[in-house]
Formats: sequence, C-alpha cells, structure tokens
Amino acid sequence: MIVGMDAIIREHRFFAGLDEPTIRLLAGCARNVVFKSGQYLFHAGEDANEFYLVREGRVALDVVTPGRSAITFQTVGPGEIVGVSWLLPPYKWMHDAHAVDPVRAIGMDAKCLRGKCDADHDVGYEMMRRFLPVLVSRLHATRLQLLDVYGKPD
Amino acid sequence: MLPRSSGDPMVPQVARVVASRRELGDVWTLDIDAGPSGFPFQPGQFNMLYAFGVGEAAISISGDPAKARRLIHTIRSVGKVSDALARLNAGDTVGVRGPFGGGWPVAAAEGADVVIVAGGLGLAPLRPSIYQLLANRDRYGRIVLLCGARSPNDILYRSELEEWRARLDIDIDVSVDHASPEWHGNVGVVTTLMPRASFDPARTVAMICGPEIMMRFVAIELENRGVEPARIYLSMERNMKCAIGRCGHCQFSSDFVCKDGPVATWAHLRRLLSLKEI
Repeated sequence: MIVGMDAIIREHRFFAGLDEPTIRLLAGCARNVVFKSGQYLFHAGEDANEFYLVREGRVALDVVTPGRSAITFQTVGPGEIVGVSWLLPPYKWMHDAHAVDPVRAIGMDAKCLRGKCDADHDVGYEMMRRFLPVLVSRLHATRLQLLDVYGKPD
Repeated sequence: MLPRSSGDPMVPQVARVVASRRELGDVWTLDIDAGPSGFPFQPGQFNMLYAFGVGEAAISISGDPAKARRLIHTIRSVGKVSDALARLNAGDTVGVRGPFGGGWPVAAAEGADVVIVAGGLGLAPLRPSIYQLLANRDRYGRIVLLCGARSPNDILYRSELEEWRARLDIDIDVSVDHASPEWHGNVGVVTTLMPRASFDPARTVAMICGPEIMMRFVAIELENRGVEPARIYLSMERNMKCAIGRCGHCQFSSDFVCKDGPVATWAHLRRLLSLKEI
C-alpha cells in the first residue's frame, strides 16, 4: 500500500493536531528520505535548504574544531527535528549532522515551507508555535550542558 | 567484620575492607565486611566512613539491601578524606557510623510507575532502590531508569546497566553531555531523555539523584509532564559531620539534611533550591 506524504506527516509528533488543509499544504514541501548509518545529512556552512523530521533512528549533531576530532553535542531521535537554521537568514547550517543508525525521516523543503509561511501567516504562526518550544528546550539543555555539572568540583 | 555497635551513634565501628575496585578514573567502590549479623539499611541512607588519621565523610550506601553482609560504598576522590577512603585496599580497616537519614520511598511506590533519574555519581545512592525494585518487579508498573554522565568514559556501573537492560522489564536510557562521533549512544543532557520515556505521570513516583542543578531541571521536567511534586523525591548533599542533627553543619534552611533528609520531596525542596542565600 502506498501511503501519501500527508498521512506520514500526520503521524509525526511535531505535526500532531494540525488541521487537514495545513497538513495537505505542508505535504507539498515534504519527501521521504533515508540515510545509512554514518551518512551525513548535511555539513556546517552548507545552505540550509532542507530540514528533517526523524521517524526512525538517531542523528548526531557534531561540531568540528580544527586540529581536534569532532564533538557530538546532541543526538536527535524519532519524533524530533534535525535542523533549525533554515528558519532565519543566512539559512546556513552551523554544524554537521550524521546518521548514527539507519535513519528514516521526512525531509522538508525549507524554501518551499518558508514561501508557504510567507504567503499564509496562519501557517507561519503555526510553524513558529511548534518550533519555538523546540528552540527553547534546546537552549535550556545547552545551558545545563555548559555548566558541566558532572565535572570535578573545584 | 563489623563489631556490635556500642549504641552511641558518634562512635565508629571498626570494619575491614574486603575488596576495592576502580569504577572510573577517580571513583572507587569499597566492599566492607558487615559481619555475620549484617548491616540492615534502607535504600538512600548513608554512612559516615572514617579514614583513620585523616577524617570522616558521609558516603551513600550503594549495595544491595538484601545482601546485608556486604556494605558497599562508591566513593569519588575529591578531597583529603575521600581520597584516603578511595585508596583503602582489601585488609585495611575503616570506621563506620550509620546508617543515617531517611531513604527512597521504595515501599510507598508499590503499584506506581517508577522513574529514576541519575546524574553522574548519583546512580550510587539510587542503586539499592533499583535492586529492591527489580527484586519485587511484579509490585510496580513501568520502571524507567534515565542516566546522565559527562562522557561515555564516565558512565558509572556500566556493565550492571547493560545487565539490567537485558532483563527487558526495565526501560533504561543513557545520555552523555559530550562524545566523539564514535559513540553510538545518546548525547545531550539527561533531561533530553525525558520526552522519550514512557510512563503515566498521574501514577508515577520519581527518584532523582545527581548534581543539584541537574536535579532541579529534572524535577521541573517531571512536573511539566504532570508528576505531582509530592511524588518527586530528590537526594540532597551537604557537608555532614555529626550525621544526627546536632552539629548544624548540614543545615539547609530549617532542615538538617543528615536527619531530615537526605531524601526529600520536590514539593518541600522546590522553593529552597532556588534560594541562593542557603
């Protein structure tokens, strides 16, 4: 049985509760994507033209420092989102992302989605309402990570 | 072997170290002979361990309450006393006073889902409760154990975590704050594991142990998920000296952590943990 993108989108936690017309609208920007274990979704500095809603598997987000090996600072799993740099100019990725396990995801065409958000502000507001909690919770997690709470006390 | 207690809680009993093993770079576990009558304790309680000639420190009991003949303590070497304790070897003697404080609500959690969140060495005081939960597995709903560590090399009791995970009747997830890309596990602070954990907030009892700021973030996440603050338990750590509420070293607002704690509810601690003055 062939399942349409609208059905796949409806099942993803990020889009839970969206009305049918919006789901159909978003489905026009979506495609199914698969990444093998170790394969890169994107690299730092590349255009942020597509972001991903993970359905299966995990994606590691890495930063590379010259002269040192890469450091993974976050892993993202099913129901979560990879990539927020598509939201704001200059639409460039700030880190690498690679599949830890085989990953199935929904790839969202960022340019297409930005266009639809600009054309219909209700859709734009709905997207922002869903992305903001993700950004805020990542900001809080990053603060906690920066505190290095498990480090040896001075 | 631990001789019969004199009855005076301030007098340490002399005990012999049976074994010592390195858990992590600066973390050691001591097995102490508790003698034929054993050393009964509640999960979450602590002992005052005395390194002779150096000093005394409060160390949580991290062994199995059902194996009362062995007293297990996991110690991180961070100062003079803990360093001296961590350096003890099989055959050495150590002073023991205890057990002190109130423990985890393991019996009270019967019938509920249990969510355990450990950060770093915080898994040590929680381990006795995990042993008890698993020994009476049919009395509980879902059991979720979420562990956070600094890096993959800093995961405490790693082989035991793997054994528990293999049981299939406990959900275990581990996350580290930083890792190289060779690490295939989760990366991110322990709170990021929470949305993926499956439990019924309305019938959940949570037990959290780790650095205070981590416990605060975890408790807030649990409360946001709908867990009652009075059913979220945290284990506090303060500079304990007498361990019986007389000296005041561990005073935390109107509480003495040694006798009123170390385990207390988020409902009780929520306001206190945000006061920088204490």
